[in-house]
Amino acid sequence: MNALIQRYTARERSNHWVVAIAFVLAALSGLALFHPAFFFLTHLFGGGTWTRILHPFIGVLMFLFFMAMAARFWGFNRITPADRQWMKRIGDVLCNRDQNLPELGKYNAGQKLLFWVMVVSLPLLLLSGIVIWQPWFAPSFPIGLLRLAVVIHALAAWVMILGIIVHVYAAIWVKGTIRAMTRGTVSAAWAKHHHRAWYREMTGK
Amino acid sequence: MALQSLDITARSATTTPSPSARGEAVKVAKLIDISKCIGCKACQVACMQWNDLRDEVGTNVGVYDNPRDLTDQSWTVMRFSEVEVEAGRLEWLIRKDGCMHCADPGCLKACPAPGAIVQYANGIVDFHEENCIGCGYCITGCPFNIPRISKKDNKAYKCTLCSDRVAVGLEPACVKICPTGAIVFGSKDDMIHHAEGRIEDLKERGYSKAALYDPPGVGGTHVMYVLQHGDQPELYANLPKDPHISPLVGLWKGITKPLMSFGVGLAVFAGFFHYVTAGPKKVEDEEEAKS
Ligand code: HEM
Ligand code: SF4
Ligand code: SF4
Repeated sequence: MNALIQRYTARERSNHWVVAIAFVLAALSGLALFHPAFFFLTHLFGGGTWTRILHPFIGVLMFLFFMAMAARFWGFNRITPADRQWMKRIGDVLCNRDQNLPELGKYNAGQKLLFWVMVVSLPLLLLSGIVIWQPWFAPSFPIGLLRLAVVIHALAAWVMILGIIVHVYAAIWVKGTIRAMTRGTVSAAWAKHHHRAWYREMTGK
Repeated sequence: MALQSLDITARSATTTPSPSARGEAVKVAKLIDISKCIGCKACQVACMQWNDLRDEVGTNVGVYDNPRDLTDQSWTVMRFSEVEVEAGRLEWLIRKDGCMHCADPGCLKACPAPGAIVQYANGIVDFHEENCIGCGYCITGCPFNIPRISKKDNKAYKCTLCSDRVAVGLEPACVKICPTGAIVFGSKDDMIHHAEGRIEDLKERGYSKAALYDPPGVGGTHVMYVLQHGDQPELYANLPKDPHISPLVGLWKGITKPLMSFGVGLAVFAGFFHYVTAGPKKVEDEEEAKS
């Protein structure tokens, strides 16, 4: 009982939390300009002008740290036949009927999907964000490209925000998960239940 | 601060009604008769004087356009085009460029800062720089490529149609100065009527395609042109033939945003209700004990 398995190193956890904090700040400052209903969020950043100034720098910070994290976790996120099986049984997953789910490695298909959503949308956000970045870069791009970039930026941000909401909820919903990112360890039972193939690999059982 | 003497019909990034207790105002318009313009640039000077603007002294690049483009200090510039509509008959078309004061302004639609752009009941579209955050969205939204961001303060500037003068019953500075009467100002109805007379005259003089430029794609404009070649507005330094707010801007600022915002809210609620119905995913105590 109470056997613990190491899931993330201190370095990986720090990296994750830098990305997480940068995401929250980037999303709040971005949403502030996204729709008037969210404009009040500019107060968190010292007003509209400061929000406009700070947002792109926070975004670039998130991009850099996420790419460092992605390089580390890339190999664990390849989609396997077991993932397809798991996806087909998503109804069972949601209703907590876990008995007949396939054996999974370090990540399930949901986690992998979020990983790939991030891998695609962050570079899109970076590129489109640079195109609309005033006053540094935007003046050197044609207006047609600016128009395209704002749409891509808003769409990619939306997809990413939805993905992260699911990600955060899943961490709260699946008990014993959050400690993986706060303490770095999970219980052996957690590993065996949710990620059996990874559990075998780690324990040799 | 908005001009307190003028009612407001639209305000950027605002979802509640704008101040409009004073009732309907007469729609105003400035009519620029290109056939009468001699390119003297007195209007550029008057604009600088009234609005206290001083652009940098540039260099001559071999054409009469000076300055070369609109800037935060030059809210109007004369654009010179040499064209041969009929072979062998050179024409010099001089268009006074600047904000068109669209009835359906793309700049206002795109702006995310509440009250940085307002549209008065008389039709004038005005930027209120104290609310501007310098994001440049207005540039993205404008079909005429008008707003310019100042390098000094990162705020957006453009022609105000002298809203401060019009509010107290004066005509815009450029109208007052124009020595040939190529620029006139009044109610939009009167200006359309005046243009009709000018167009008739031009037609008699052989410009069979003379027409008024009041593009319906942006709901009409409060700055209008009399064009000798009304069928070819592009001749006049690429004046767009059928300007409208870009569909991309419509997609970006239209119904999609409320829908997307709703989607985000829905995702949060779905999570909450999933938790209180399906319950948390737990590793049972027996499993915990076994391992
Ligand atoms: C990767 C680097 C990023 C850059 C360079 C960047 C840049 C920008 C810029 C320049 C703007 C225009 C407003 C301003 O000037 O501040 C903007 C708007 C926005 N950004 Fe970013 N951003 C980045 C990442 C992100 C991320 C990670 C998110 C959130 C998930 C995000 C969400 C938004 C949103 C929602 C808007 C408002 C879009 C709209 O008005 O429709 N951005 N971004
Ligand atoms: S011309 Fe451009 S800046 Fe002027 S009102 Fe129309 S959209 Fe706005
Ligand atoms: S630059 Fe200023 S006026 Fe233009 S869209 Fe942004 S906040 Fe509005």
